[in-house]
Amino acid sequence: MLDLLAGLGAFTLSVLARLGLAARFSCSVLARVFGSLRRTGLLVREIHFAGVRSLAIILVSGLFVGMVLAVQGYEVLQRFGSADALGSLVALSLVRELGPVVAALLFAGRAGSAVTAEIGLMRATEQLAAMDMMAVDPISRVVAPRFLAAVVSLPLLAVIFSSAGVIGAYLVGVELIGIDAGAFWSQMRASVDFRLDVLNGLFKALVFGVAVGLISVFEGYHAAPTAEGVSSATTRTVVISSLSVLTLDFILTVLMFRGLN
Amino acid sequence: MSDPLDAPLIELKDVRFGYGERTVLDGLDLTVPRGQILAVMGGSGNGKTSLLGLLGGRNIAWSGSVRVDGQEVGRLNGSSLYALRRRMGMLFQFGALFTDLSVFDNVAFPYREQTNLPEAVIRDLVLMKLEAVGLRGAADSAPSQLSGGMARRVALARAIALDPMLMLYDEPFTGLDPISAGIIGRLIKRLNAAFGMTSLIVTHDVNETLRIADRIVLVSNGRIVRDMTPQEVRESDDLFIRQFADGLPDGPVPFHYPAPSYARQLLGEGSAHA
Amino acid sequence: MNRSNTNVAVGLFVALGLLALVFMALKVGNLVSFDSADGYRLEARFDNIGGLRVRAPVKSAGVVVGRVETIHLDRETYEAVAQLRIRPEFRFSNDTIAAIQTSGLLGEQYLSLDAGGDSRYLGDGERIVKTQSAMVLEKLIGQFLYNKAAESSGDRK
Repeated sequence: MLDLLAGLGAFTLSVLARLGLAARFSCSVLARVFGSLRRTGLLVREIHFAGVRSLAIILVSGLFVGMVLAVQGYEVLQRFGSADALGSLVALSLVRELGPVVAALLFAGRAGSAVTAEIGLMRATEQLAAMDMMAVDPISRVVAPRFLAAVVSLPLLAVIFSSAGVIGAYLVGVELIGIDAGAFWSQMRASVDFRLDVLNGLFKALVFGVAVGLISVFEGYHAAPTAEGVSSATTRTVVISSLSVLTLDFILTVLMFRGLN
Repeated sequence: MSDPLDAPLIELKDVRFGYGERTVLDGLDLTVPRGQILAVMGGSGNGKTSLLGLLGGRNIAWSGSVRVDGQEVGRLNGSSLYALRRRMGMLFQFGALFTDLSVFDNVAFPYREQTNLPEAVIRDLVLMKLEAVGLRGAADSAPSQLSGGMARRVALARAIALDPMLMLYDEPFTGLDPISAGIIGRLIKRLNAAFGMTSLIVTHDVNETLRIADRIVLVSNGRIVRDMTPQEVRESDDLFIRQFADGLPDGPVPFHYPAPSYARQLLGEGSAHA
Repeated sequence: MNRSNTNVAVGLFVALGLLALVFMALKVGNLVSFDSADGYRLEARFDNIGGLRVRAPVKSAGVVVGRVETIHLDRETYEAVAQLRIRPEFRFSNDTIAAIQTSGLLGEQYLSLDAGGDSRYLGDGERIVKTQSAMVLEKLIGQFLYNKAAESSGDRK
């Protein structure tokens, strides 16, 4: 019994210690963001690594999510004779929630884990130590650009996801099922507010980008310098990013959309 | 008034350092004059690499003084530490080349990051450094395409890019075939003389060390226990030196890990594995 | 990876993102909603505001002419007071009727303005006098049942 309590205490302390380390690390990264903005070559390379390479999965997933939403949405709405509202249903679901959240989850899985693995490998092969010994700050040169790339890419990816979803829903709803195109678009336009819905969704994606960005670089930078260390760091990135995204989504949704009524 | 150039480049006094609860260096004293090639040898896990970390400011000593070029390394703040590091070069055990850059870009890295030199000048400097290590022809290769020995030579070219006053080598011969090891050894010796550097080599390799070092120190139990020239090592009767230099399995450094009596354990009177 | 290729790819990526944003703004959302800077205010009071919400459209003959800006309860008369923001190009007569209607059966509620024949027009901050409150389903059903009961007892007489 005493062992269990001691174990629990030790676990809590280690979690707190890691959280503290993460907080301090995040501050160093954020402090170097502006310097990183000036090194456009590095930033462009990282946006390519994280953002451009995620485009394929985002586009395809967005399209399919939109199509599924159309199918399921139509099935339910037509029972109430409100099939015309399909456009609104799909657009609001995507713009407010699915776009930012699913894009963030996919991004964490694809780009976040890749960044963690890359930085972790640099740690394991002493590249970060070598850079440090050459009097070049590894956090400025390696970490900050990758963080910034996540923050920049994710909102773009979220918007692309939502657009792909709307187009997918259009293809299924109007072309396949036969809903009136005019009703589809006009109902959508009437219910989706740019400021409240689109911009809020974009803001969510920005917050998710900060979270996934910080988590992925932190785990990579502090990975144990072994193959096993890098592998468990990558797993941790995906798991912790996903949980954080979902938690933040709940908090942001409550804050942003509660006041609508 | 003593000439500052006569002052030793490295001075360690009564240095204590370790990881967590484990003490690795326990009251270590070492003075290294300028221009010397010093080899630091000793069994594994004896703190040789920690020594390099202390000199580079990556480790902070628990107590004692670590001075490089008159400066107390452990007390330097960010930019002063970086200023000192710019005058040092370090060769890591496996090279630690940046895998996302070509050989050329790796060697050009210190120039691009630390200087404002135009690209044309950098190009010439990089080619010169690569020529010095014999790899000018590999300038456009990727690090993954190089053999271990070649990668280490490129890393050496990168480390000497800014003409450092002090070079630190972390096991430069480990894992290399005799030819490559010989090449690295000769490069270390030649570069040290040509650039007027001081070199500190942490190594296990007795042969190369005897060939190129000016002085050899043996670290054991966190302290320096022997301090000799290669000639003295070859001629010494000291049991510890002989075990080390000749690679004998047993001697002052015991073969057996501490364990209870063998007979007793086999005959079932032992505790753990009965 | 070629430097310029990377740049082009990233440029395309950002362009695609911005395109998607523009698509969102125009086709999906209603960015064309005007700012509260232009447009004049009208006030309308109701016994029951029903499901009318802030930012609900104000329509006349089915065309959107403005938005509901605020809704609050008058603490003395216990009426629901709605402030409307109407586009400057539309003028409504003094005897305009403001009614809360539902688009479709389950749609959102909006305010419908029925212009009258008065030659004088409502100005900024003035109040629409004739209003029609929202239909409350329970009251309708209650009324229906009451009428049905009255009918059948009338038949019996």
